[in-house]
Amino acid sequence: MRDVGIIGIGQVPISEHWDLCLRDLGALAALRALEDAGTDRADAIFVGNMLAGELSGQENLATLIADSAGFLPIEALRIEAACAAGGAAVRAAYTAVASGAHDFVLAIGVEKMTDHLTDGITSALATAADADYEAGHGVSFVALNALLMRRYMHEYGSTHEDFAAFSINSHENAVHNPNAMYRMPITAEDYATSTVVSDPITILDSAAICDGAAALLLCPMDQAAAFPRQTIEIAASTVATDTLGLAERPDPLHWGAIDVSSHHAYEQAGLAGPADIDLYEAHDAFTIVSALSLEAAGFARRGEGVTLAREGRIAPDGDVPMSTLGGLKGRGHPIGASGVYQVLEVVQQLRGEAGPTQVKNAKVGMAQSVGGSGSVAVTHILKN
Amino acid sequence: MQLPRYHRLRRSFYRLEGTRCNRCDRLFFPGRRICPDCRSQDVEPYQFRGRGTLYSFTNVQQPPRGFGSIGPYAVGMVRLEEGPLVTSQLTDVDGVDLVIGMEVEMVTRKIQDSSEHGYIVYGYKFRPLLTGAR
Repeated sequence: MRDVGIIGIGQVPISEHWDLCLRDLGALAALRALEDAGTDRADAIFVGNMLAGELSGQENLATLIADSAGFLPIEALRIEAACAAGGAAVRAAYTAVASGAHDFVLAIGVEKMTDHLTDGITSALATAADADYEAGHGVSFVALNALLMRRYMHEYGSTHEDFAAFSINSHENAVHNPNAMYRMPITAEDYATSTVVSDPITILDSAAICDGAAALLLCPMDQAAAFPRQTIEIAASTVATDTLGLAERPDPLHWGAIDVSSHHAYEQAGLAGPADIDLYEAHDAFTIVSALSLEAAGFARRGEGVTLAREGRIAPDGDVPMSTLGGLKGRGHPIGASGVYQVLEVVQQLRGEAGPTQVKNAKVGMAQSVGGSGSVAVTHILKN
Repeated sequence: MQLPRYHRLRRSFYRLEGTRCNRCDRLFFPGRRICPDCRSQDVEPYQFRGRGTLYSFTNVQQPPRGFGSIGPYAVGMVRLEEGPLVTSQLTDVDGVDLVIGMEVEMVTRKIQDSSEHGYIVYGYKFRPLLTGAR
């Protein structure tokens, strides 16, 4: 296996893009990544996306984006792993370069959600869950996370208010990210009075519906020096899985896929453990997921994920900085694109280009993309 | 839900029937054709009694397509007395203070407004255990 680095990044600001379609979003992000790398070479593209079939009636998406970007006739494949599709596309691009199958590969994440009304998107998102035994009973994706959050509060004696710090931190950091969707801070009072979506989950516990696309150009480390931008090495790339149905796990509050993929990643990157990570871009689609992620990845003991947030340790100047450019909550969560945005933001941090929320002396960053209710986790550790 | 699919699911949806692995004795709901623990295909249908306790609950305020006319509605996870957890709608809970740990029982109810194919999908839901049923 060859060592792999990231030499270019590109993104479209996350928003409701009424004038941009799926193909243009993906192609624009791809071309921006090539421009950043100072090259026009892409040997293959892997496109992370979850909902093009459900929401746009469009399969065969990777070919469409290769066509739109002027990449034909290169290899182009779509990668789907529910909400972890973006991370999985980075993983696919990594394995293609590491194996020697290709030298210059684009990982692209793209999602177009805002053409639909809420009930259509709620139905589409529920396809990440078990179609017969969860979605088929009207249990929405938000509801599954709400079931977890209520159980968490019951088992550990925490309150809804204990989760506020995750959302406040994400919004605080998003203010400084020009590509983020929600560039406004929120207060504890805003959080406490937010509209309930599926109790105890409110709007301010949840990442919003949006459109976006991001891309990374990967190449072998031994060819990276020829390009102008600082190369960020992919020190670990791992995936782990768990039951699709939340109820089928021995303990729904322990997300085994995150546990396994995180610990494999620490080992692959030659790290002793989570203490060696300078920033952690977790899959904060819901505040409960942030807490469960911190615990499964080993940053906090069980039931103490919320404590890290409450004590301010997840802020950019804390010891476990999270959502440093807004995360899924503040930057936005265009489902299959989010995993690529996460890795892109770790690259920005490790290049020292993260602006006001720059983590000082950031050398090692972790990005983690989670699909379903913790049924698949893709973890990447980057080093500068 | 497509008719052949609904037909395939009828035993689990109507009767809460799962499976038991004959090699390692593990019980499954939903039923599995292959035991994920020992990979044995020697499994047989297993009839769950339909009693359990509430593991967690919430209310769906933004129902997915096909569930709009019955929303908002309560859903929960139920720990069956035989062991497995089941995710399900809750019913007959108007005016009931739901509490984790409360006893519940399975009933058969209409699950969806109406399917796109015109027939009504029925299946299990759980309700607070009726007094006297103990």
